[in-house]
Amino acid sequence: MIKLTVNGAARSFDGDPDMPLLWYLRDELQLTGTKFGCGVSLCGACTIHLGGAATRACITPVSAAEGQEVVTIEGLSPDGNHPVQVAWRDQNVAQCGFCQCGQIMQAAALLKDTPKPTDQDIDDTMSGNICRCGTYPRIRTAIHQAAGQTAPATKGERL
Amino acid sequence: MIHDAKLSAELAKTKPALDNVSRRGILGGAGALVLALSLRPARADETQTEEQKQQKFGADGMPHGWRDDPKVFVAIAPDGTVTVTNHRSDMGQGIRTSVAFTVADELEADWSKVKVVQAWGDETRFGNQDTDGSRSTRHFFQHFRHAGAAARLMLIQAAAKQWGVPVSEVTAVNHTLTHAKSGRTLGYGAVAQAAAELPVPTDVKLKDPKDFRYIGTGKVGLIDNFDITTGKAIYGLDTKLDGMLYAVVARPAVYGGKVKSFDDSEAKKVPGVVKIFKIDGGEIPSEFMPLGGVAVVAKNTWSAMKARDALKITWDDGPNANYDTDVFRKELEAAARKPGKVVRTQGDVDGALAKAKTKVQAEYFVPHLAQAPMEPPAAVARVKDGFCEAWACVQGPQAANDRLMKALKLPDDKVKVNVTLLGGGFGRKSKPDYVVEAALCSQAVGGAPVKLAWTREDDLHHGFYHTISVEHLEAGLDEKGMPVAWLHRSVAPTIGSIFAPDPKHELPFELGMGLVNTPLNIPNMRLENPEAAAHVRVGWFRSVSNIPHAFAIQSFVSELAHAAGREPKEYLLELIGPDRKISPTEIGDVWNYGEDPKRYPIETGRLRGVIEAAAKGAGWGREMPKGSGLGVAGHYSFVTYTAVAAEVEVDDKGQVKVKAIDIAVDCGPQVNPERIRSQMEGAVVMGMGLALTSEITFKQGRAVQNNFDGYEVLRIDAAPKVVRVHLVPSGSWDGPLGGVGEPGVPPVAPAIANAIFAATGRRVRQLPIRDQLSA
Repeated sequence: MIKLTVNGAARSFDGDPDMPLLWYLRDELQLTGTKFGCGVSLCGACTIHLGGAATRACITPVSAAEGQEVVTIEGLSPDGNHPVQVAWRDQNVAQCGFCQCGQIMQAAALLKDTPKPTDQDIDDTMSGNICRCGTYPRIRTAIHQAAGQTAPATKGERL
Repeated sequence: MIHDAKLSAELAKTKPALDNVSRRGILGGAGALVLALSLRPARADETQTEEQKQQKFGADGMPHGWRDDPKVFVAIAPDGTVTVTNHRSDMGQGIRTSVAFTVADELEADWSKVKVVQAWGDETRFGNQDTDGSRSTRHFFQHFRHAGAAARLMLIQAAAKQWGVPVSEVTAVNHTLTHAKSGRTLGYGAVAQAAAELPVPTDVKLKDPKDFRYIGTGKVGLIDNFDITTGKAIYGLDTKLDGMLYAVVARPAVYGGKVKSFDDSEAKKVPGVVKIFKIDGGEIPSEFMPLGGVAVVAKNTWSAMKARDALKITWDDGPNANYDTDVFRKELEAAARKPGKVVRTQGDVDGALAKAKTKVQAEYFVPHLAQAPMEPPAAVARVKDGFCEAWACVQGPQAANDRLMKALKLPDDKVKVNVTLLGGGFGRKSKPDYVVEAALCSQAVGGAPVKLAWTREDDLHHGFYHTISVEHLEAGLDEKGMPVAWLHRSVAPTIGSIFAPDPKHELPFELGMGLVNTPLNIPNMRLENPEAAAHVRVGWFRSVSNIPHAFAIQSFVSELAHAAGREPKEYLLELIGPDRKISPTEIGDVWNYGEDPKRYPIETGRLRGVIEAAAKGAGWGREMPKGSGLGVAGHYSFVTYTAVAAEVEVDDKGQVKVKAIDIAVDCGPQVNPERIRSQMEGAVVMGMGLALTSEITFKQGRAVQNNFDGYEVLRIDAAPKVVRVHLVPSGSWDGPLGGVGEPGVPPVAPAIANAIFAATGRRVRQLPIRDQLSA
């Protein structure tokens, strides 16, 4: 029996301890905001916070989360208004949106460690997260906005 | 991502019964303005002969045409909430937002009270739903305006009736109906029920565009923004149903391969496995149907994957077992060096070439590509009590519906396809093989809902790939360095090969993507299409055949400029020639993206305009440091004009860095400028990926690349820090709408190749560029 905390709630799992956290979250807990894109830690769509650190859920067995705190996109902010989420909406970053939960989780971890990231910091940290729609220019801008380095794009004009 | 109309009609034959409507009502409820089908006669193609169909253009020419019935698309609840039904799939282009605000604008609805719901697959009810070919706004903008305006008039009529005043004295502004003379007002919700009972008016006045609240402003945020950023948005892999099982399929690695036998004794030992069974398939052509293989259904995805790994399958690889792209490329090159089927000719190319002062010849190669949407194909299906319901990320829900009918031998009224958000599409999700697989799995387990996942390896190994091509060009230049003769042979396996015994020649819609409609002002031209056989499933990839055609032509023009000792941008503009309107039909393009050649001629002035705009944005002509260069390319596709100016830096190890991209687009009236910008930004990134790193190769019939390590797409560290989008204003809302989703892609690769030449003097003629310059 593996015990862990997911978005603040105590959980236990008695299935295959090798099951990747990704499938535990998605199939067992129905937390589908954590996405499947590659299964081998090459795309970042499954990024969650494990013990506060950005982690790829697709290659992390549930057993590795024993006794730890898992935070998914659903638990990043109680009202969905984490500064990164707000900046993402303000910049209209998303196209299809599928990778953006992972991008947001990665960016939130980046800003926790590096509150004022340079472009190089963003390249270094975010290059593990693929966006096939190509929203990279806006991801960069949104991270700078969330860090307070640039003004919001819309000055509140967006409907 | 396009069908020609004839092909589409063939593919999408359905005869849904009218009783579908009541069965499928999703917006019912008190006060909802959705009660009946319009009495408007069907505009679709059911009664038309094939010839008559061919004379229709735009949405009229698509299977099942279009609808603009407010009773189908608009619902207003007693509290005033407006619900717009969007029948086009959203894969990142933002169409759910654009459709909703277009209706809301004409309806004079308050945007904060507007919701959008997604239509299920039913083209008889909603009109054509194939979300491909950069057509959604182009084909449906006016019809959604009409739907919104008709609904507004019905509200006005209902209010006038209630007040006993003339209709002309009632206004509808921002969710409020007003009778100014008496000072009375009503909210939309208060008269919604009465309005719903009125006939749909035929004489509807659209708004004056100067009064648009949302259309054209670029200020409307994505309607799904909150759900997307909080993990609540539901994609193909996210549908949750009670008692749901999970499945993966082991498919033949070679196109046309079949299961000879399989041993599942080890696989069955994996805890959680529910069912293992063979899926028939392996037919060539595959059409949109499954490839066959062995399916594993389990209690969770992980168990299904583990069990699949434990299967022992013996395959018959079939006729494509020796497909090798290195070998095949040589075959394509050999074909390109011999005369082929002439697809456009004017003047005397051979004579002019013989007399030319200078001759230039070059060949360009573009490999197979995989769309690789971030969400691999996925679907949930439930086949129970003779009824199949699916929830899937599909670009064409009617196409999925039809394939389910075929696979399950069910009538149309026993099949329903619900459309989730698409985690990217790029053409892959036009083909619903995965939805059929999910349904077969549900059927095999006796009706429990099954969620079927494709892994990334599945996606790259069993795709509908972008074709593989060689473009052979020859030109003869006169004394001033301008071409007097132009020969272009384009060789590529055709998408038609997935529908019929391999035709070996490209179809009109492929030739019409930047080959036959090359708008260059050259007296003697001959375009040929030699034969090429297909050995994989060839499918649409965002912008399709425009990719190789634009790469070759726009690179070759730059090569000619160099041979002539001319400045490349001025040379390109001169070659396009004076401002004129070219009839596509007259230059042999019978397709013209399905649009009326009279309304959509090729306008060389607009092509020149975007080239000038991109070049100006990049500061064309400025002094560049050593190892840096600017390149430009322009292209006409999806009845839109785009151009890219690229700034690149090549270091002494031959590594290419794209520093900045300026992309200019003239797509006619700009309905959602904000999303046009985002589509151009995205097209730049996708275009850079295929220019720099992406390639699918085959050995022994099998795709070599497994995941994003082998199939490299662009990451943020390689994306340019500067992407400037230049929207060329159209000046009038009456102008013809152009496509937006795809046209940004084609000019990216040639602009980069031309910039590399400017930076280094070295000419790139094959994609991807990778480390070609390191040698």
